[in-house]
Amino acid sequence: MEEEILTEETRREADAAPALISIHPLQKSIALALGSEVRIFDLEKENAVTLTDEACSPSHSDAIRAICFGANGSLFASAGDDKLVKVWRTDTWHCIKTVHSDKRVSAVAISLDGLFVTFADKFGIVWIERLEEDGQGQISVGTKAVPLLGHYCSIITSLKFSPDGRFIATADRDFKIRITVFPKCLPKGAHEIQSFCLGHTDFVSCLAFIHLPDFRQSLLLSGSGDATVRLWDHVSGCLLDTCDIGKQAGLLKSNEIIKDFPAVTDINAFPDGSLVAVVIQGFHGVVILKCDVSSRSIFVAKIVSMEENFTPTSLVLSSSANMLWMVMGATNVSKSGSSELARLLVISNVDKYVSNEQGDCPVILEDKNIPGGEKLLLKLQGSVHLAKQDAAFTAAAAAVKVAMQNLLAKKQYSVEKRDLRKRNRNDRKFKK
Amino acid sequence: MSKNDNKITEGKRQSACLPRKRFYRARAHSNPLSDSHFPIPFSPADTDYSQHYPNFVHSNLKIQFADIGCGFGGLLIKLSPLFPNTLMLGMELRDKVSEYVKERILALRSSNLGQYENISVVRTNSMKYLPNYFGKAQLSKMFFLFPDPHFKEKNHRRRVISIPLLDEYAYVLDVGGIIYTITDVEELGDWMKHCLETHPLFATITDEELSVDPVFELLACATEEGQKVARNGGQTFHAVYRRIAFVE
Ligand SMILES: C[S@@+](CC[C@H](N)C(=O)[O-])C[C@H]1O[C@@H](n2cnc3c(N)ncnc32)[C@H](O)[C@@H]1O
Repeated sequence: MEEEILTEETRREADAAPALISIHPLQKSIALALGSEVRIFDLEKENAVTLTDEACSPSHSDAIRAICFGANGSLFASAGDDKLVKVWRTDTWHCIKTVHSDKRVSAVAISLDGLFVTFADKFGIVWIERLEEDGQGQISVGTKAVPLLGHYCSIITSLKFSPDGRFIATADRDFKIRITVFPKCLPKGAHEIQSFCLGHTDFVSCLAFIHLPDFRQSLLLSGSGDATVRLWDHVSGCLLDTCDIGKQAGLLKSNEIIKDFPAVTDINAFPDGSLVAVVIQGFHGVVILKCDVSSRSIFVAKIVSMEENFTPTSLVLSSSANMLWMVMGATNVSKSGSSELARLLVISNVDKYVSNEQGDCPVILEDKNIPGGEKLLLKLQGSVHLAKQDAAFTAAAAAVKVAMQNLLAKKQYSVEKRDLRKRNRNDRKFKK
Repeated sequence: MSKNDNKITEGKRQSACLPRKRFYRARAHSNPLSDSHFPIPFSPADTDYSQHYPNFVHSNLKIQFADIGCGFGGLLIKLSPLFPNTLMLGMELRDKVSEYVKERILALRSSNLGQYENISVVRTNSMKYLPNYFGKAQLSKMFFLFPDPHFKEKNHRRRVISIPLLDEYAYVLDVGGIIYTITDVEELGDWMKHCLETHPLFATITDEELSVDPVFELLACATEEGQKVARNGGQTFHAVYRRIAFVE
């Protein structure tokens, strides 16, 4: 019986990974991860991309937990529960590197110069690996990364480089954000901690850097289970402003109830912070904030509520196209069979909408008006006409909810269960 | 220390030998850090230290010494009169042990008016929450006396000295600040020395320097654990290092 409880828990945890979305910095391509699958659409050529890989290197076989483009868009990385970190060239969409991690991977980032990939594992260790192809464009397979830094026994939820490349920011489930000097001599690791940004009162789920156009100053945004988005001077660790989404949302739109204590689960910003979009756990819509770098403040600008069944899991703002892309989906929604499906919505002219130039309604693009049109939807969603699959999406919405809860909430064990777990801990078993 | 005080120490020590489970009780009140069972400040600014150091309320002083895994508090009590104007904090994971240290300090304060006002204790997991208590470069001394050895290799990451944790210790230590470690377990001594030696933000302190450091001689004998080792004629192994500035 004891075994049962444990396996059930592990299974639940492995279940239902939320769909992720990321966009090329110049909107040349868009990437969506669902389960073990990476789906890419080339927005310039307007066609679906087929990823290619070395025959000998393994492909993803379990839930992808993190994807990202490098700063200049030439590289893309994907990583997750199968303990693989894969780095792809975005011109050929060929895999140039597969790194094997000892543990599941929870976050990934490419260094600003594109020379390194860094990733965080389930033990809270951040690893780094050099990205280089040898003369023949041959790829080194099965290389091992070196440890860069560590959060003691906490899961790292987000990993980002500061826009000036000086720092690497890591956020964890123990309310911490650590800012570490990104060293020039990497094999020695990153030991000089610039600051801790402390103040969140629940897990930190997401980070985004913003900066003044001339790069003279950059600031850090973070979203948390405490229902706030906070603005930090990451160099000093100073908390500059706190946007209490729950409260502000209530004030702005009293008829629109964002329930209880809504966790912020994803954040994305225009580089200058003029628009910041956040995903709220379980909310059918998104919240758009504005951040003023010079006055160092952040506030809610719009609450966008969408159709009942659309609870996004991930979003991305494209500054060049002035669009907000939102995806909803989760894998292993086994019973309803909708595991392959993700749903995409795009809002255009975001800045005009936020400044109320177009009235109070967001322009949610019709399928045929989305860049790439139906071809893109077919590739990224897995199907074009999702409207007919409402039932499937109701199920997906439920799965997304479970996925986010499992992913972010710390497990609350009853006293008995905790004792049981203690007794069953592997490291204790041999002692008797 | 009075005879009476000693007795309490003995009594408490016995209870400390009981299995740790006894200390592991679920608390009725909910607390902000859901996976632990004691309140943790969200940031260093979040703690009101006037309750810890009532005599220093108006002094604007910051804590400068931290005794990590302070156990029954022997070191704090020895250090207190040596540095009467320095605030020191012990950090202890075990609830009952930290409670005991608290009572011990209060008892000492009331029987020695004006003394022992500069030491206090918190129950916390220092390995997880150190930055919640201390800001950058705040400390000038950190102590790790007779820490738990965690012999098995897969448990080495639970050791209180490790490269990733030294990053955090370097963060809370001011440049020039000193980290003191001692153990009676040779293997652990080698480990701690190796970590400190390898870490780019720490440099060794020569034996000559140590011989004039009044704190150094306390390492082996000030704490309950140290006294136990000494009674049994055990050997000790120390590693004392200085926080140095970061250079690329
Ligand atoms: C062997 S005792 C030594 C106590 C004391 N330093 C002495 O020399 O007598 C180690 C102490 O560290 C405490 N400890 C272990 N891990 C800790 C942690 N993560 N945070 C705070 N205290 C910890 C234990 O509860 C124990 O009291």
